[in-house]
Amino acid sequence: MSNYYIYQDQKRCIGCNACEVHCKTKNDISVGPSFCKIIPVGPKLSGGIPRINFVFMPCFHCESPWCVSACPTGAMQKRAKDGIVFVDPPLCVGCKSCITACPWGTPQWNPETGKVFKCDYCKDRIDEGLEPACVTGCTTAALKWVSPAESSRMRREFFAKTLVDSKSYL
Amino acid sequence: MSVSTTKKIFSVCATCSVRCPIEVEVENGAIKHIWGNPHLIGGRHLCPRGTAQKATQADTERVQHPMIRDGERGSGKWKKASWDEALDYVADKLKTITDKYGGESVVLGDRGGPFTDLHKAFIKAIGSPNYFNQHATCSNSVHNAHNGIAGQRRNTVTYDWKNCNYAILYSRNIIESLGTKEAKDFIDALERGMKFIYTDARWTYTAAKADRFFILRPGTEYALNLGLINVIVREKLYDAEFVNDWVVGMKALTAFVEPYTPEWAEKETGVSSKEIITIAHELANAKPSVILNQGWMTARSSDDYYFRRSIYILYGLLGAYEAPGGLLFNKNETHCGYKPLRKFVNLPPKVEKKRFDGIGWKYKHLSPDYGLGQMLPYAILNEDPYPVKAFICYRFDPLSSFPDPEAFKEGLMKLDLLVSVDINFSHIGWISDVILPEAMHLERTDPVISKGGPKPALWIRKQAVEPKYDSKPKWWIIKQLAERLGIGQYFPYDSIETLIEWQLKDMGFKLSDFDEKGYIGLTPKQILFDRKTDLPFKTPTKKLEFVSSILEENGISSFPPYKSPEPPPDGNFRLITGKIAVHTQGTTLNNKYLNEIQSENRLWINTDEAKKLGIEDTDLVEVSCDGVSQNVRAAVTDFIHPEVVYTLHGYGREIPLQTRSYKKGLRDNVFMKGLLEVSVGGNCPIANCFVSIKKA
Repeated sequence: MSNYYIYQDQKRCIGCNACEVHCKTKNDISVGPSFCKIIPVGPKLSGGIPRINFVFMPCFHCESPWCVSACPTGAMQKRAKDGIVFVDPPLCVGCKSCITACPWGTPQWNPETGKVFKCDYCKDRIDEGLEPACVTGCTTAALKWVSPAESSRMRREFFAKTLVDSKSYL
Repeated sequence: MSVSTTKKIFSVCATCSVRCPIEVEVENGAIKHIWGNPHLIGGRHLCPRGTAQKATQADTERVQHPMIRDGERGSGKWKKASWDEALDYVADKLKTITDKYGGESVVLGDRGGPFTDLHKAFIKAIGSPNYFNQHATCSNSVHNAHNGIAGQRRNTVTYDWKNCNYAILYSRNIIESLGTKEAKDFIDALERGMKFIYTDARWTYTAAKADRFFILRPGTEYALNLGLINVIVREKLYDAEFVNDWVVGMKALTAFVEPYTPEWAEKETGVSSKEIITIAHELANAKPSVILNQGWMTARSSDDYYFRRSIYILYGLLGAYEAPGGLLFNKNETHCGYKPLRKFVNLPPKVEKKRFDGIGWKYKHLSPDYGLGQMLPYAILNEDPYPVKAFICYRFDPLSSFPDPEAFKEGLMKLDLLVSVDINFSHIGWISDVILPEAMHLERTDPVISKGGPKPALWIRKQAVEPKYDSKPKWWIIKQLAERLGIGQYFPYDSIETLIEWQLKDMGFKLSDFDEKGYIGLTPKQILFDRKTDLPFKTPTKKLEFVSSILEENGISSFPPYKSPEPPPDGNFRLITGKIAVHTQGTTLNNKYLNEIQSENRLWINTDEAKKLGIEDTDLVEVSCDGVSQNVRAAVTDFIHPEVVYTLHGYGREIPLQTRSYKKGLRDNVFMKGLLEVSVGGNCPIANCFVSIKKA
């Protein structure tokens, strides 16, 4: 895993797809491919209310990325300084091995270039000291740009709060 | 080697009617990204519709130059025109029409909102009283209800989400039909621990976050409120001091709600009487920090007006006006010690003629601020109260938003002049004589607006990039037309700079004062009126009138008996419509990024009802009403009232030049036959639409 993590606060997420659109406009992605995706799961009854989860699927920038191992040309790379996984377009031959290899469907096919492209956490923005477009533009500040350690802490807190909240539904 | 230049321009979005403050990043003269204005939103947060406008700006499928009809109306045959040709054409026709029939024969319609000063001044300068906006299909009933009860429009108060402890959202799908700041404030309030109840005829994303959610038969939210008021009055749970200080008509209210017990309300709504009593107590415990949110789109039933009144009655009983966490009055320039921003609409002489739509003479309890657009086709066809010969439609499409577009169109086709000013193609544009392409919001500077609120400010929409096509800003279009019509003196400017200088003259500000943050704050901290002495109710009694003078004077009862909404005829369903975060009013459907996310709508139908009709999820079904039929995919769900089918509004567009959205999905308003009606709140009763469904 890279030095970074995008934490999604389920309680704040409203499934508005702003993350996807901020990503697409920032990266000028054509219609079809998408570097990140909100997948609504539900509604499902919970405590008498039909609840829904919006699962945010960017690239997770694995510590041992399947896509990098699968890439025969070295186009798919892990950035040494911070672990961001990205594609170097001139080296990509469009063989789609990475698409086959990634368990989460992250690498995207670019029909305009015949190559693969993917979420690189907006590394140009990161290098300027900014956050990825999806995080910056998120309508309700549900996405947060954190370190993996911070993410664990936030997840624990969220779980604990949910326990308390769920009692109030009884 | 060229040097890349990046700049940031603060502006105001114009995609939907929320009009969020934005920050536009521009690189080498092109839009790089659109964010929320961090100084006003608390971060660069911006909804998907707003940020996707980068794609609309670059789009080839929008109006690119003035167009004059070159065939029958609606034939889709156009000739490209220069601005001079198009403006001469419009001005010549307007001159001929006003010479023969008077200024009142010209009507102007728009989407409402804060950016209306220039075109309101224009129609007034022509000598016409006939301005209306889309609100007959949106918030007329809530505006008029608040006018009747408080003497103030709905938008003279702001919801204080920051301090609210308890809210009821009545079909107010606040996180899908969303404005960026409000959605974020709402989520902040939930995180802080605010509890909320959600009622609707169907499940929504907002319902999914509710503490309690009730699926109600459309029209019975009013019965729920009557049950709540019954308990609050009977058990004296109200804010006695506030009621004593500010309310007139408490006795009449007490007598009126007496029969509407929680047990009665249970029969009408299906919500248990125990639950209703609990909610009444919870409201009372949380008072005055309560919000009873009805949102904007309230044009549903014939007696919608009385439901909206019941909400303001609850606010009064709970003392929520000008209370933290309740309804805060909006303040303006004068409350901050400034002279008001100058308005162009104050320049032309007052127009004494009566309105085309009956407001002021036939409908004396309704406000001319929004008008009754549904009367336009009747006024044209019947020349009642006088001939109406020209309609100027400003960034607005009544053939998408009003019911029964065929009936509406029948009137429009009889006009001598139909002009559409828009950035996009629209259904009304398609049958117009002339389309004048306005530069889109990223490509134009608009006049400064006064943004009322607990912390008033001046806002500005500022040009970020050059217009991509041969389009022009509104200030220029209006000035050009005015000059040609001999009314140029009411528009004393020759550039946007001199226009804004004129606007700001009495306030002591200049255009560059907006540069730093995109707005000019007029007060360092929130202004609150004294709740004991200074609440600005503008009714004849200066109080909150549960028995409204404006109704009683016009022979309309403040408290007519509750009428149970009629169930659909056998084999029919009530069609209701709604919105999602990625689209607004059909105008965004052709945006490539937003279209990609939701290119078609579906028809939600209750699982048991679908089973009876042999319909399964994703089946193609035929929807019919009064000779109109269209096909759409079904979405079968447990979480919708069995009497109701639901679909997203604005789909099924019929403009061939918009290839991404052309004939995709179901066009909802074509089924709303005969609903160009004036309900007591001034709204079209658009949920009085019954359709039959079968497997296609």
